[in-house]
Amino acid sequence: MGSTTEQTNSTSSASGFGGMQARSAEALNTTARISVRNLDFFYGANKALKGINLDLPDRQVTGMIGPSGCGKSTLLRVLNRMYSLYPGQRAQGEVLMDGRNMIDDSVDLNELRSKIGMVFQKPTPFPMTIYDNIAFGIKLHEKLPKSEMDDRVEWALTRAAIWGEVKDRLNASAMGLSGGQQQRLCIARSIAVRPEVMLFDEPTSALDPISTLKIEELIDELKRDFTICIVTHNMQQAARCADQVAFFYLGELVEVAPAAQLFTAPREKRTQEYITGRFG
Amino acid sequence: MPMETQSDHIVRSYDEQLRRLRDMLARMGGLAERQVNDATVALTRRDATLAAEVIGRDAALDQLEREIEAFCIRILATRQPMAIDLRLIVAAMKVSHDLERIGDYARNAAKRSIIVAQQPTLGSLNGFLRMTRLVQENLKGAIDALVNDDAEAAARVWGNDEPVDDVYNGIFREMLTFMMEDPRNITAATHLLFIAKNLERIGDHATNIAETVHYAVRGDSLPDDRPKADSSAYAVVRPPE
Repeated sequence: MGSTTEQTNSTSSASGFGGMQARSAEALNTTARISVRNLDFFYGANKALKGINLDLPDRQVTGMIGPSGCGKSTLLRVLNRMYSLYPGQRAQGEVLMDGRNMIDDSVDLNELRSKIGMVFQKPTPFPMTIYDNIAFGIKLHEKLPKSEMDDRVEWALTRAAIWGEVKDRLNASAMGLSGGQQQRLCIARSIAVRPEVMLFDEPTSALDPISTLKIEELIDELKRDFTICIVTHNMQQAARCADQVAFFYLGELVEVAPAAQLFTAPREKRTQEYITGRFG
Repeated sequence: MPMETQSDHIVRSYDEQLRRLRDMLARMGGLAERQVNDATVALTRRDATLAAEVIGRDAALDQLEREIEAFCIRILATRQPMAIDLRLIVAAMKVSHDLERIGDYARNAAKRSIIVAQQPTLGSLNGFLRMTRLVQENLKGAIDALVNDDAEAAARVWGNDEPVDDVYNGIFREMLTFMMEDPRNITAATHLLFIAKNLERIGDHATNIAETVHYAVRGDSLPDDRPKADSSAYAVVRPPE
């Protein structure tokens, strides 16, 4: 509790919410790995993101929440230029990483995606062996001798906490894995190319509770090495996983704050109404 | 920034649960106020029957505390409350605990008043009435602040404990004087001192409630240092030469 002076009177030391406040005041690592600056995004004439400014702190988890259509998944798609596949979709502004604007056409798409990996809502294993699922991405970026490739595949599967479950069947089809295992395989595939930033788009919404907890545990483990951004509809998940949380509404970033603060005492009324289930 | 006007939850039964929680707290607060009042009335009127009633009614407060706690745990488990709702529920658990303690102090005061009534009278006991009035004002203010989501009212209660401490210091000195005058006063004076201490503690719990309400409504805490004027801890008396 927060009282610093010795209390002879037990009634006064029992008061206050020192613990909760101390946690919310805990300083986040403020070095931004990615800085989004004045970002607008358009689906044709429809402006889906409006002047977003957001820092993703280095080796921290940033949670993005908001109702459907608020722009959170769109922002994730901008971060690794997923939109460039579709005509009529365009972004304006800056996504700064190491001083470069990653959404500028001058940045090579393959290079971008080797730095910024993405995991989707539904597991997307390739219809090939477990081993090849991991090796496939690596081969796009690097040419490794067989033994090094084996090591890298094992490393990626180990980091994704699935090595123990698949090490005896690396040549079996990935399609035979359970949903939760497939999702961890996809995480292994993303980290195999050793990105710096990992984007998760509702990574557990198609999974059962136990698989969900395994992914959450994994995210906690991965943040030691990777900067992580997770879009989730599960508020409790954002509260559990994220260091900072950004709330989006109608294409605007309404509030960004340390998770402990945002979920106990948000500054903005719209945030409060959303997270308490009052959105009308 | 206060967020006075809350819209309803999408799930209506959640609103109903939170309303019920507020009702339970208001009921418990009302009962605690009554206990404090009746304990002092029993003392000043030397009314052992009323004192016995106060002692008997304390079980109802204990029961309400258990009900509120169980209800809060149920809401926490089933609703995963956030932000202002979470703060209200945590506050309800803390406030019900404070109210339960207030009930214990009132019961203890009532018990002692029965003994005091069997002893010779000591002075006017006006200080006790004044102290009770101040404590009750604070208690009522804190409960009303909770029911009305009024952080400013809570802050006023929080800063208003000094007069209680002043009266307590006065009673403390008065009782020491009675004891020095005549050792036969010691039994009554000692019990009266404890009763005064009980009332002073009740005042502290009322300010605790005010602090909790302020946090529940605003999401930030009042400063650590509350204005205090209880100097009895440093009091020294010298027997007459």
